[in-house]
Amino acid sequence: MRYFRPTTLAEALEIRASHDVTVLAGGTDVYPVRTARRAWGDPTHKDVLDISAVPGLKGITEETDRWRLGALTTWTELARAELPALFDGYAQAACDVGGVQVQNLGTLAGNIVTASPAGDGIPNLMALDAQVELVSRAGTRTLPYAAFATGYRQTALKADEIVTAILVPKLDGARSTFLKLGARKYLVISIAMVSVVVATDAAGRISTARIAVGACSAVAQRLGTLEAELVGVPLEEASSVVTAAHLGDLQPIDDVRATAAYRLAAAEALVRDALSDLAATDARRAA
Amino acid sequence: MLDRPSLATLTLTVNGTGHQVAARPFASLADTLREGLGLTGTKIGCDAGDCGACTVLIDGEQACACLVSTAQAEGRAVTTIEAAHPLVDRLRAAFLAHGAAQCGICTPGMIMAATDLLSRNAAPTKQDIEDGIGGVLCRCTGYVKIIEAIQDVARGANAFAPVAEAGCAVGTRIARADGLPKVQGTDRFGADFAPADALWLRAVRSPHAKARFTLGDLDAFRAAHPGLEAILAAKDIPGENSFGIFPTIKDQPVLAPGFVRYRGEAVLALVGTREAVEGVRDADLPIQWVIDTPLIGVEAGLAPGAPPLHPNIPDNVLTRGYLECGDVAEGHLLGAATAEGRFRTGFVEHAYIEPEAGYAVRIGDRVEVTACTQAAVMDQEEVARVVGVPMAQVRIVPTACGGGFGGKLDVSVQPLIAAAAWLLKRPVRIVYSRTESMASTTKRHPSKIHARMSADAEGRFTAYEMTGDFNTGAYASWGPTVANRVPVHATGPYKVPHVLNKTRAVHTNEVPAGAFRGFGVPQAAIAGETLIDDLAESLNIDRWAIRRINAIDHGDATPTGQILHASAGLPQCLDAVKADYDAMVAAADAHNAKGGRIVRGVGVACMWYGCGNTSMSNPSRMRITLTRDGRLTFLNGAVDIGQGSSTVLLQIAADALGLPTTQFDFVVGDTDRTYDAGKTSASRQTFVSGNASKLAGMDLRAKILALANAGPQAKLKLDGATLSVIDGDASRTIDLAALVADDQGIVLAGEGQYDPPTTVLDAKGQGIPYATYGFAAQVAEVEIDRLLGTIRVKRIVAAHDVGRAINPTLTEGQIHGGIAQGLGLALMEEYLPGRTENLHDYLIPTAGDMPEIAIHLIEDTEPEGPFGAKGVGEPALVATAPAILGAIRHAVGVRMTEVPVLPHKLWEAMQAKGMQAKEAAE
Ligand SMILES: Cc1cc2nc3c(=O)[nH]c(=O)nc-3n(C[C@H](O)[C@H](O)[C@H](O)COP(=O)(O)OP(=O)(O)OC[C@H]3O[C@@H](n4cnc5c(N)ncnc54)[C@H](O)[C@@H]3O)c2cc1C
Ligand code: FES
Ligand code: FES
Repeated sequence: MRYFRPTTLAEALEIRASHDVTVLAGGTDVYPVRTARRAWGDPTHKDVLDISAVPGLKGITEETDRWRLGALTTWTELARAELPALFDGYAQAACDVGGVQVQNLGTLAGNIVTASPAGDGIPNLMALDAQVELVSRAGTRTLPYAAFATGYRQTALKADEIVTAILVPKLDGARSTFLKLGARKYLVISIAMVSVVVATDAAGRISTARIAVGACSAVAQRLGTLEAELVGVPLEEASSVVTAAHLGDLQPIDDVRATAAYRLAAAEALVRDALSDLAATDARRAA
Repeated sequence: MLDRPSLATLTLTVNGTGHQVAARPFASLADTLREGLGLTGTKIGCDAGDCGACTVLIDGEQACACLVSTAQAEGRAVTTIEAAHPLVDRLRAAFLAHGAAQCGICTPGMIMAATDLLSRNAAPTKQDIEDGIGGVLCRCTGYVKIIEAIQDVARGANAFAPVAEAGCAVGTRIARADGLPKVQGTDRFGADFAPADALWLRAVRSPHAKARFTLGDLDAFRAAHPGLEAILAAKDIPGENSFGIFPTIKDQPVLAPGFVRYRGEAVLALVGTREAVEGVRDADLPIQWVIDTPLIGVEAGLAPGAPPLHPNIPDNVLTRGYLECGDVAEGHLLGAATAEGRFRTGFVEHAYIEPEAGYAVRIGDRVEVTACTQAAVMDQEEVARVVGVPMAQVRIVPTACGGGFGGKLDVSVQPLIAAAAWLLKRPVRIVYSRTESMASTTKRHPSKIHARMSADAEGRFTAYEMTGDFNTGAYASWGPTVANRVPVHATGPYKVPHVLNKTRAVHTNEVPAGAFRGFGVPQAAIAGETLIDDLAESLNIDRWAIRRINAIDHGDATPTGQILHASAGLPQCLDAVKADYDAMVAAADAHNAKGGRIVRGVGVACMWYGCGNTSMSNPSRMRITLTRDGRLTFLNGAVDIGQGSSTVLLQIAADALGLPTTQFDFVVGDTDRTYDAGKTSASRQTFVSGNASKLAGMDLRAKILALANAGPQAKLKLDGATLSVIDGDASRTIDLAALVADDQGIVLAGEGQYDPPTTVLDAKGQGIPYATYGFAAQVAEVEIDRLLGTIRVKRIVAAHDVGRAINPTLTEGQIHGGIAQGLGLALMEEYLPGRTENLHDYLIPTAGDMPEIAIHLIEDTEPEGPFGAKGVGEPALVATAPAILGAIRHAVGVRMTEVPVLPHKLWEAMQAKGMQAKEAAE
């Protein structure tokens, strides 16, 4: 097994294009997968392309009309960054991932490439209308997150590509929140989770609402109908608009963590809670 | 730097020192620290980020060393538990003083996480501390004392445990006698050391629950794989290819003989270099499988025509347990109310943070096994049998044990490495992976219980009747013990005149169920305590009051006909929690009256637990020696699995002798150097081995006093080789160097042996199964989100009658840890083969899941016990789950009869109840 640790992006892309490799960033998904396979007698592993020494992939920067989150930005870096309220939900997710010693290693890009239905970053990126920047030797392309996530643990990432950044468009006056439901406090996989971004007009009426639900379908989903109905509704009344029908497109599964029926009911409650929390935060700030 | 060869020389900076180390760049930092640099303070509990045992600091921030490649750690500052660091030192001292390290396997990770936290936040709130250590799992302490220790350091307090003077050790909160290496990271657990030339052994395990297999050409396979020294199969086992707890039931093969009975059973043992044994892909081995349909669940095992797992057990019923007293039909007729219920619990995993590990060496015609264990002498018997030598040719040297809880009573690694070392005449080591540990070793028995209970109009219990089927899995293990212990305990600690309890241990093609803190009693308590709440409801009697009315007391008879003459402190336990119970119920009712989504509930439950083996001789023998140069050594065969027996027994022995604990050296568990103290289980060490320790101390003291011709009140003082006996005018000094010594330099020795008085139970289960019982009452308060079904246990008030708390810090630690496991049993833990066989999917409580705990230690002296003590290890767990279930019921009105009560389970039960209510209204 070979282990590549390039120190330039060009080298990394060269290796990515010419070898069948596992990209290694923070390792918080790569190592557990390796351990699980070894546990039942499969020690084989692809060659490894460790991108952690590639410069320029870390950190959060503000651009004219968007924010650029480097692929190697860790959960901890996200949580500690000074960011507008638009990122409150994503930053909350950063504090809910695993425990601190996982947050210090795990990267934002690693989370979306793993593309677990329970990935906590994912509904946030959907609600943020984020884009994923992918680079290969052939050049750079940018995909909306929804186009990047193609299915259960599947993405549009090509075999010669590396995710270099997550791009989040600015949204004036927006704030967000994230709620995660699990069976214990720390180190817990989500049973259901909700991310909500809202912006309001001067009168406190919702001008933009973006709501995504995770762990209730193979890929997290936006609640388009609800989002449309919420436009023009005063934020403090938003939670009362939510009905079960708004979650009708979700297709949760039964597994060891919960049943499908429960997931749906919980997601509905969480959507309401998230909207109420946002209204409460506004009220607190106003007071 | 671009393309690292598979084995490279890497430079790591650890604790400020640069090291060159040959390692594979993709090897985890944890592995390289341990195997490459010998820094074994960093532990590996899961190798997957789930337990935090490997937590180190990288550039000052905590990280799982099992998730970082060695190459990524190059050029960064790595700090481990071995560091000389003032903050780490203060944490070490505080952990020691608070008893925050029990088994100590999580301690290095905890201390590193706390170091990260405190260096970033000098004045953390309790919440900050929980966030900071939330990624490190501890299975022993319930986190309470860990958090207190960290709070102390943050506060700037200097934590020191008291040091007891001669004769004052019992009752004092001295620090663990074996604690210092645990907080320094130098304690040696099973995976921490082995001879440098040791070969590695890896077991190839069946991925199928029931299958036959044939083996192809293993020699050719081995020849094609350089570094593989041997591939052992069933036919290669030098002695008997079987082991088992009971002398008459040696039903489990070391290596499967052509067929397997559960997923995870060992089929082959690969022995060779680490690289070679780990490099083999199981699918490449010449094993042809023929897969069969497994029996899953007791219903399948009991179904008519179900294929027997073992030819001598045609109906798959391994054992039946039975207890009858009075006439149960009559008893029900005497009742004004009868409650009935069916209850279910699943497999529960011990989840000690240390997976099984150790090594074996052959020395001439002897084999020595150094491994983690709870039962050295039982291991010795099993190894002797498997290797085919007399017991005297086997030496077991227990390592520090990173948690056991019953799971390390059965042998696991020992027969494999002993057989391999014997055959190959080379040292052989093994380290189980987390999944291997979970898939192959014993579990708590899943139970299916049907019970009925009656009470008269005043609330006095008149009858209890239960039948329980316990899934003992593919092999017997401790199945018979569970089947026998449950009938005795099933009524709970109450006066019940008419009782009929029947149990069965049933074989299935599942992981063997064995011993786990409580041996079936926690499962039975869930049924019994729920029925008591039913009766309280029907009879309109308060739940605490109905328990108090029936609480067994001094002079009362148990269902086995045993009269409790002394140390029956349940009434005192119940009285101790009464004020809290009343206040909590009132507060919850007031809160709930306001309506709203978050509701509160309070539950109460009691328990009892017989200390020692059921109706069986289970002796313990201890020895204390004094050499001519004044070395005082306590030779103690009782393995300390973190619960603190090494300290407690030392306190007892020291006071019996009359010298301070600090003057003792001690040897624990080594079968060549200590006598058989029996296994560390059944909450027996404090009571049984405590008595033996006390007798050993008294014996040595009597010899010293006789030598000095001094009276019984004399005080002793040991100063080098001078032993002073101070008794007023009769004082004199003994020059130890002048006494006649044996070949080991021993001039004086004391011995003590104790076997608790019990009698055999007759056909109706009548007799004296245990010399003494522990009792407890616990009150739990929960908060429930009615929409989400999530349950937060807010507070537990626990009153435990321990006879005498030899070391209150350790006693509290046992109770905290038991409550954490009880909470896990109630709310989150279920082992499902193939699905929750790692610590990612199998959930145990984290630091953020623990309630506030208040403890009342009740000391109703046990005259038969050492200084009045009895056991507390298992009792701690039993009452918690039923108290939580009672609280859930109080809060939301649903009676949960299956655990774990995961959020969706509670939600579904609430939905069903809502539907019923709606239908009733229509
Ligand atoms: C104990 C534990 C608890 C966890 N809890 C949670 C949780 O609560 N919620 C949650 O969402 N996640 C959780 N995780 C998962 C994990 O931490 C995240 O998914 C993490 O963000 C992955 O990032 P990484 O850098 O560690 O990825 P890696 O393990 O390095 O890589 C993950 C995958 O992404 C690929 N990859 C990484 N970076 C790139 C890139 N730039 N370009 C292309 N491919 C790339 C890798 O090839 C691999 O397939 C947990 C993990 C552990 C070990
Ligand atoms: S060993 Fe690294 S987290 Fe468990
Ligand atoms: S002391 Fe924490 S796991 Fe044993």
